[in-house]
Amino acid sequence: MILALLILVPAVGGVAAFFISQVFLRRTLLISTTVVHAALTASCWMQRPDPILYKWLALDPVGLLFLSVSSLLFIAASIYAIGYLRNEPKEQQDSDEGFFFTNTPENIFIACLQLFLATMSLVCASQHFGMLWVAIEATTLASAPLIYFHRHHRSLEATWKYVLICSIGIGLALLGTLMLTVSASKIEDNLMLPKLLENCQLVNPAWLDAAFILFLVGYGTKMGLAPLHTWLPAAHGESPSLVSALLSGALLNCSFLGILRLHQVCVYSGHSGFSAKLLVFFGLFSMAVAAVFIIAQKDFKRMLAYSSVEHMGILSLGIGLGGTAVFASMYHLINHSLTKGMLFLAAGNIIAFYKTRTSSDVKGILHRIPATGVLWTAGLFAIAGFPPFGLFVSEFMIFKNAFDNGHFLICSIFLGLLAIIFAGMAYTMLNMAQGEPSGKVEKESKLSILPPACLGLLTLVLGLYIPDFLLETLNQISVLFGAL
Amino acid sequence: MNLPDSIMIFLILTNLSLLASSRLNACIKTVAIQGIIVGFLPLIATKCPLTIYSYLLAILIITVKGILFPYLLRYTLRSVDVRREIEPFIGYGASIIIGVIALIMSFWLCRHITFPEPILSYTAPAAAFFTIFCGLFLIVSRVKALTQVIGYVVFENGIYMFGSAMLIEQSFLVELGIILDVFVVVFIMGIMMFHISRAFDHIDTNKLGESEKKG
Repeated sequence: MILALLILVPAVGGVAAFFISQVFLRRTLLISTTVVHAALTASCWMQRPDPILYKWLALDPVGLLFLSVSSLLFIAASIYAIGYLRNEPKEQQDSDEGFFFTNTPENIFIACLQLFLATMSLVCASQHFGMLWVAIEATTLASAPLIYFHRHHRSLEATWKYVLICSIGIGLALLGTLMLTVSASKIEDNLMLPKLLENCQLVNPAWLDAAFILFLVGYGTKMGLAPLHTWLPAAHGESPSLVSALLSGALLNCSFLGILRLHQVCVYSGHSGFSAKLLVFFGLFSMAVAAVFIIAQKDFKRMLAYSSVEHMGILSLGIGLGGTAVFASMYHLINHSLTKGMLFLAAGNIIAFYKTRTSSDVKGILHRIPATGVLWTAGLFAIAGFPPFGLFVSEFMIFKNAFDNGHFLICSIFLGLLAIIFAGMAYTMLNMAQGEPSGKVEKESKLSILPPACLGLLTLVLGLYIPDFLLETLNQISVLFGAL
Repeated sequence: MNLPDSIMIFLILTNLSLLASSRLNACIKTVAIQGIIVGFLPLIATKCPLTIYSYLLAILIITVKGILFPYLLRYTLRSVDVRREIEPFIGYGASIIIGVIALIMSFWLCRHITFPEPILSYTAPAAAFFTIFCGLFLIVSRVKALTQVIGYVVFENGIYMFGSAMLIEQSFLVELGIILDVFVVVFIMGIMMFHISRAFDHIDTNKLGESEKKG
């Protein structure tokens, strides 16, 4: 019942928002939907909801974790959205090229935000690979109008790239799903995750490997693993900041879930060697590509997007290494979403005041908009994995795992790339934060500061202390992937 | 030659004609025919007796791929006022040659894969791989946004053919979800083409990055 509500509440809210013409009512609906969704998610932590729809939809520990992260991020983004939409003019001038453009009507924007949440919940709850595919494709469709919020040619290009590249990628994942069916043709009901895990000794390993490659390429495209990340910087750069926060913090995770589910099948059937190697390779490769592009990046939102590519690489590296690194990888996922959400929302504030995305044009954030400046600087240290932030713990655990198992080459590449990325980001971001103030101190609205501040605070807390319920869930997930 | 093999060979021919043709109108027609045949496939490719759901599904797929898509694409074609693909990245002669090589490769590949029994026909997986390849090739080698959408539909047909070739029967709900998603993808791309043609006066995707916008 609760599971159905988790999907239906935002879905109905989304459809309703499309038809509500009164601005206040619409925005209230957005906030209340996300709050109700978060409350429902919280109740799932107390008691796991019963499976519904022939057990196709159920919440296992992995799904619950992903759902909670998405839900949390949506609350922050929707509160931020109220302030954002209030200050967004009907028509505005582009800072780079000087032409005028309008926005997508607000009812479509708010409707799509909620539909996005609904499809995301469906992804997290899917226990059936066919259902999972349908849901992940649906997230692409629900989020496409969000990227095209500012109606001009650059965002149009970004959206076109996003829809085309992701749809083809996800199409390949459908081929992978079909190959999974072939590989498990001896099993009845062979796309159900629990059934597959139960009878995994009957799976044909060659076809399973083929399916995994297609899953990795397909869902990896949407997750932003290099070299399939090409849509990501454009889409993150052109969309409104709160949408970038959601794309980075929730959408990328959800497509990772697709890969994760199949990797779990590989682990259970004892053929995880191949998939783990691929995950490690693509993880490190994504980090390397991100490092190259972060150094020379002039646009600070694109820089954050490449940083997402880097962190998706770390997630996949952690899962590929296995053992305690699985725990670390899941912990990394939570902290990355929180930190990236905070940074993108702060970036939104910077754009609102400086009207530019070029980092060399932004100086003295700490003087002009002090609260955002503090968030921006703290965000740099959080995303780079400095103690006491949460990402330090997870990155250190991944490193330690690789070191203990004697993967010294992986260790050195990992550390080297982290150092390069930190240097690149620190140079850009600190230059923006400091420097001569280009104007007097300006007043920042609470709606634009509170959401990122809360996200930042959470990741700080998670760096110092892991609550028991979270620890337990993370341990359960590690067991699912063969650790301990 | 049996029925499945003849159908597969006909589908291969539709792909080759797509690679060779520059007229968008003709391409849309070919894709429609391909879609209708692909819609019929699950009726002949089945292990168990046909149920009401199989017929419903076939009708649904034929409606979406054979009627809705061509209608949508032709409507877009008229309103953006393009007739043909003028300067593709890879010419039509070269496309055909690449297509033939890909066809040989797909048959070669399928000879080296052990397929679990039963299987529709030994031509079917090769034809499916070839169709997938053609879809992807159309997307990367052509300039117009409309041809890229056609390529996506062909790609999707190829995946569908693979499912039929391996006699895979999904549950009705999943099939419904898949067809709905694919429909919405094409629909959204159609809407975006309007916006592209309004913002740029053309639908050439390789020029999207340039700022020759009107406003």
